[in-house]
Amino acid sequence: MKKVLSMETKKLISDDGIRYDGRKLDQLRPVKFQLGILQNADGSAYIELGRTKILAAVYGPREIHPKHLALSDRCLIRSRYHMAPFSVEERKSPAPSRREIELSKVIREALEPAIFAELYPRTMLDIYIEVLQADGSTRCAGINAASLALADAGIPMLDLVSSIAVGKVEGQLVLDVMDKEDKEGEADMPVAMLPSKDMVTLLQMDGSLTHEEFIKSLELAKKGCADIYAMQKAALEEHFKVSTNNSEEA
Amino acid sequence: MARVIPVVKRRQIAELAETGQRMDGRSLTDYREITIKTGVIEKANGSATCNLGKTQVLAGVKYEIGDPFPDTPNDGVLSVSAEFVPIASPDFEPGPPNENAIELARVVDRGLRESKILDTSKLCLVPGKKVWIAWVDIYILDHGGNLIDAAALAALSALLTSTMPKAVVEGDEIKILDEKQPVPLRDRPVTVTLAKIGDKLFVDPTLEEEEVMDCRLSVNFTEDGKICAMQKGEAGSMTFDEITRAVETAKVKSQWLRKYVPPLVKTDG
Repeated sequence: MKKVLSMETKKLISDDGIRYDGRKLDQLRPVKFQLGILQNADGSAYIELGRTKILAAVYGPREIHPKHLALSDRCLIRSRYHMAPFSVEERKSPAPSRREIELSKVIREALEPAIFAELYPRTMLDIYIEVLQADGSTRCAGINAASLALADAGIPMLDLVSSIAVGKVEGQLVLDVMDKEDKEGEADMPVAMLPSKDMVTLLQMDGSLTHEEFIKSLELAKKGCADIYAMQKAALEEHFKVSTNNSEEA
Repeated sequence: MARVIPVVKRRQIAELAETGQRMDGRSLTDYREITIKTGVIEKANGSATCNLGKTQVLAGVKYEIGDPFPDTPNDGVLSVSAEFVPIASPDFEPGPPNENAIELARVVDRGLRESKILDTSKLCLVPGKKVWIAWVDIYILDHGGNLIDAAALAALSALLTSTMPKAVVEGDEIKILDEKQPVPLRDRPVTVTLAKIGDKLFVDPTLEEEEVMDCRLSVNFTEDGKICAMQKGEAGSMTFDEITRAVETAKVKSQWLRKYVPPLVKTDG
């Protein structure tokens, strides 16, 4: 959260609009999705968003414990966002920080509108997000992976949830904020949405944006989410195509 | 959270909103009555209560000398915490802050921090070793809805009216003097929260409205009208159009809300 001014002189955006890592302003980092990579979880997914690496796992719907948490009309959804001690420059204590507790809450709230929780009353669904390496936009990457893990677990959903962060760096709006841009830039705005439904389920911002910049940021986020959505769908298709082939062989 | 959603009440609130009205007689864009009192706790370096309808929040500021963060060795520290003490609601339990208290504290923290209200570069005593820490503690006294705006107003008012002790560095020792000095403050950020119920947006939701809302959006503005922080909360969704409308309404209300806030005393020190 701390904005640290770097002593380096290299600009974050060059005069011809190329970013620190060689990307264009509205370009995502390389994205890699993998589904079903954990054996015990009911659903799982892995995402790489540049150097951000995250595993998501879903357990449930399963018997609720403790029982008094049970909701008579729907499934209780819980989520836990957690960073591995080695995921950042300086070792992070594995105990949940205030930041992780808040992110767990907003991530759950970003995913919940997509889930048909009313189909599973008196049960619970656990969504676990483990950040293995953090290089900015971890909540967005976590949501993208968790949404695929939910699909992998066969949870009925209204749509996938796609997420991306828009930032302001040296006065210009950029898509998919990496750690350096977040720390040294002027604003960071993570957004999550159900792309086919005009439903925004996560919206946070810190920094400084004029009203016009905010409207443009929303548009840029919409484009970024559409890009992510296409890749999520491709990953799903690829995964279930392979699964079908395997079952035919068996 | 385990409360059964009063379906009937939600319908009643939504139907009334169709004609632009609310259960307590306000329009959709009105705040409840606001009263801010400052200097209520003499032992704090700054304090304020904010009454917002039935909601009551107390905020206290304490300045202490402590260690800087390793990544900002020459800057003072601003730290915001919130306690949902059990006197404030039958739903609050004693114990460490839960996710709601943590979210509230972090939303208020971001609003203050991102506005750059506190010039932390002026709070350094011994570079890399000792700095001033501004502890802002939020105490919820009565939960009547919209804790975020009330807490942000109380915290801001406490900061704006706070003074800090003077300290001198003598060799390896830091002496705190009896003299006071002004706090290097630069802005007056204000937060406006809207609840979404159906397709209507409600400024300054009551507890009753919050219990049936889909979600809320809090927008924080600096005095020059720029957005410096935002938070969508609760498990609902908003359309792009609703978000734009909410931010526009919030901007207008933020300017109005600021008239309740103590003035900013500029320091040149």
